[in-house]
Amino acid sequence: MKLSFSKHTLANGLDVLLHEDRACPIVAVNLWYHVGSKNERPGHTGFAHLFEHLMFEGSQHHDHGYFQPLQGAGGTLNGSTNADRTNYWEVVPANALELALWMESDRMGFLLPALTQAKFANQLDVVLNERRQNYENRPYGLAPMAMLSALFPADHPYHWTTIGEVADLEATKLDEVHAFFQRYYHPANASIAIAGDVAADEALRLVDRYFGDIPPGEVVPPVQAHAELIGDTRIMFEDRVELPRLYVAWLTPAMFAPDDAELDLANDLLANGKTSRLYKRLVFDERIATDVSASQNSREMAGYTQIAATAAPGHALGELEAVILEEVAGLVTSGPTVDEMERGRVQAEAQFIYRLQTVGGFGGKSDQLNAYNVFLDDPSYFEHDLERYRSVTATSMQSAVKRYLDPRARVTLSIVPRGRGTLAAPNSQLVTVA
Amino acid sequence: MARQLKADRSKLPVPGPGRPFLLPPVEKTTLPNGLRVWTVRHAQIPLVAYVLLIARGASSDPAGKDGLAAITADMLDEGSDTRSAIEMHETLARLGAQFDTDIGADATAISVTALSRVAERALAFIGDVVVRPALREADFERVRQLRLHRLKQMRDSAAAVGDRAFLKLIYADDPYGHAPIGHETTLTSLTIDDVRNYHASAIAPGAATLIAVGDCTHAEVVGQAAEVFGHWIGSGGSDNLPSAAPIAPPRLAIVPRPKAPQSELRIGHVAVPRRTPDYHALALANAILGGQFVSRINLNLREDKGFTYGARTSFEFRRRPGPFLLQVSVQTAATARAIEESIGEIADIRGTRPVTSDELAFGIAALTRGYARNFETADQMARAIMQLALYDLPDDYYARFVATVEAITQEEVSRVMTKHVDPSRLTTLIVGDLDVIGQDLSRLGLGEPLVLSAEAF
Repeated sequence: MKLSFSKHTLANGLDVLLHEDRACPIVAVNLWYHVGSKNERPGHTGFAHLFEHLMFEGSQHHDHGYFQPLQGAGGTLNGSTNADRTNYWEVVPANALELALWMESDRMGFLLPALTQAKFANQLDVVLNERRQNYENRPYGLAPMAMLSALFPADHPYHWTTIGEVADLEATKLDEVHAFFQRYYHPANASIAIAGDVAADEALRLVDRYFGDIPPGEVVPPVQAHAELIGDTRIMFEDRVELPRLYVAWLTPAMFAPDDAELDLANDLLANGKTSRLYKRLVFDERIATDVSASQNSREMAGYTQIAATAAPGHALGELEAVILEEVAGLVTSGPTVDEMERGRVQAEAQFIYRLQTVGGFGGKSDQLNAYNVFLDDPSYFEHDLERYRSVTATSMQSAVKRYLDPRARVTLSIVPRGRGTLAAPNSQLVTVA
Repeated sequence: MARQLKADRSKLPVPGPGRPFLLPPVEKTTLPNGLRVWTVRHAQIPLVAYVLLIARGASSDPAGKDGLAAITADMLDEGSDTRSAIEMHETLARLGAQFDTDIGADATAISVTALSRVAERALAFIGDVVVRPALREADFERVRQLRLHRLKQMRDSAAAVGDRAFLKLIYADDPYGHAPIGHETTLTSLTIDDVRNYHASAIAPGAATLIAVGDCTHAEVVGQAAEVFGHWIGSGGSDNLPSAAPIAPPRLAIVPRPKAPQSELRIGHVAVPRRTPDYHALALANAILGGQFVSRINLNLREDKGFTYGARTSFEFRRRPGPFLLQVSVQTAATARAIEESIGEIADIRGTRPVTSDELAFGIAALTRGYARNFETADQMARAIMQLALYDLPDDYYARFVATVEAITQEEVSRVMTKHVDPSRLTTLIVGDLDVIGQDLSRLGLGEPLVLSAEAF
């Protein structure tokens, strides 16, 4: 099982990854800029994502919106920003590859001349509405704000969410856009992947034609920051919810670092799906929770594991906390069973094959090649990545859980219905989150 | 080294002719028990995507038993024969298969995607789930309790409240008037015998189609299906749906959500069934009005006014007339203006501002040129074939789609929108802060708002 590709680097530093898949007459263009909310500073949060919005508002040689020509050619497109990177993609009929490259290259090379105060003000309003819709007006929607600010210190760039703080967004000025663009949006800080129904040499020729002239810009040094949890930070806030929810989180290794795969599989075994230990206890047997889930959120500089569970009516979060800690401790003491290990391995292998089904979009083959290239400088990492999961043993998982999911160094967040503070995990301090 | 500018940026490249795309043929066999087995070979990746479609959904809920079809679907994977629910899922996990149960108004779909080497066992799993579920009382009590909790939690979400309240407003007591999950009162009154009876009558081969797309041959799938489903019997009865389209009066209604930073809006009315001959023209009209990023309503409310993160319209095509619907969440202060603009756009496209030739060409291109993209994966193909089965569409439906859309004229778009969408029939529902927006609503000319409680849904 392979994800075949070829890699080329243009003279200006742009990495080009090519993958042929002639099955369906479509081509995916996927462009990563190695910039995310981790490149922001306190007081300027939310900027990287706001900037992503501006990339869809037209560029010097086509200043009438980004969607129109591509949708008119039968394409679909989107972009996203997270803490570590920003990606943009188009999936177009094979005959519209050149159009997609024209559009992507024009906004990489010539965004600023088309950027006006009016566009900027409009997209700021859109982003504030995105924040209202997806965070402020959504049940438990402010959990990431509370959790990240407790997990990471104030000067650590994972302290804030990618959507950012309202006051920071409202204080943003147009000239900051210029500086940000010049610093981060250039070939030396980008990687483009093209996957689908096009010959690799033809794709390379077109990429060179459209991107080859764009000046490289300066290499962006990696961001470095340190985080460490001391003790159990116990916080709570009230929300417009019927049922209280508990989040327990720990700092864990970075993406692709040793123990990252161990914790990924441990999370599945603990809390994902009906076969998981916590589902069985909390939801199936004891029925004190309505749902439970867990994830290893691995990022470039650090990761965090978060287990979340919603209490059934009549139950307080302290009861859920006790069971969660008990099951984590049980995994440390006895390790996973042979059957659990076998299921984890089979599922990981199957997931890697499922990942080969689409050329484009979020998580498609072009996006995967870029992830491996940008984060590891190794687009061939697909096979090694699977190998990371294959090589997890009962003992390695057990010791990773013991080391990282330490009950003495964690964040315990309770979100409770208004006026029902007594349902929070004991000794939690009320915090303000907005 | 000085380089010459290589790219011509004076104009956009014009795509050349597209490579024709043909969906592989659908091979069909009907087993003696009435189960239809439809397959498409798609061998790019060594996996098989199965969908078992049962043409009975939430609209088949018997009177007073809203939520029965959905809880029955939910009970299917709660153990079989001698296996508990958890043991059953352990079996699935050992296969590395992906399993999902989905229920809508018209149908229930059980999907499993699995690697080819375990595909036969994955199909057997579907058989266990559908034909031989245990349907034990203790599991039923637990599942029902979870669904009651879920209903409680849905009141937290403005979008979920909006969806449920809107269906009730436009369909009233029609079988389409409730969400699959049902209500607290009806769920509480259900018994395990209701579930067993519903399973015995509705979950039947006579109402079912097994779709398999992937690295498998038709003969293989038919042979395996005969083994797995051969002893399954039943016609599925009739879906018992009234033929008349429901008529509910237009309303302005609000579910108060004090201090909400946004208003969740639903604007629409009951429109048209899937099998209308106007389907393609309506799909095109919708793309221009609000069905894609570059649509009148999104460009107006998002890109011009900045009121929202995104606005969209849709025709929810169903076997009987489904809703025409605009969905948007807008900042509270902009609520009344967003409603005015939305209703204005819906009215204008029928008359004062009909689609232009540019809009028509753009809409046609957007729907047709990227058509192949909808058939890239086995899952996508299986879902496409499912539409054929659910709505009795002809085998060449997808092959003819592009040419049919390309032939649509501006007059045709105006005609179908005038026929099927009526601004004077629109119901407008708001989930938002009544204290702040109440004054503004009264000047909309839509009458006094009906104030509903979130607890009513």
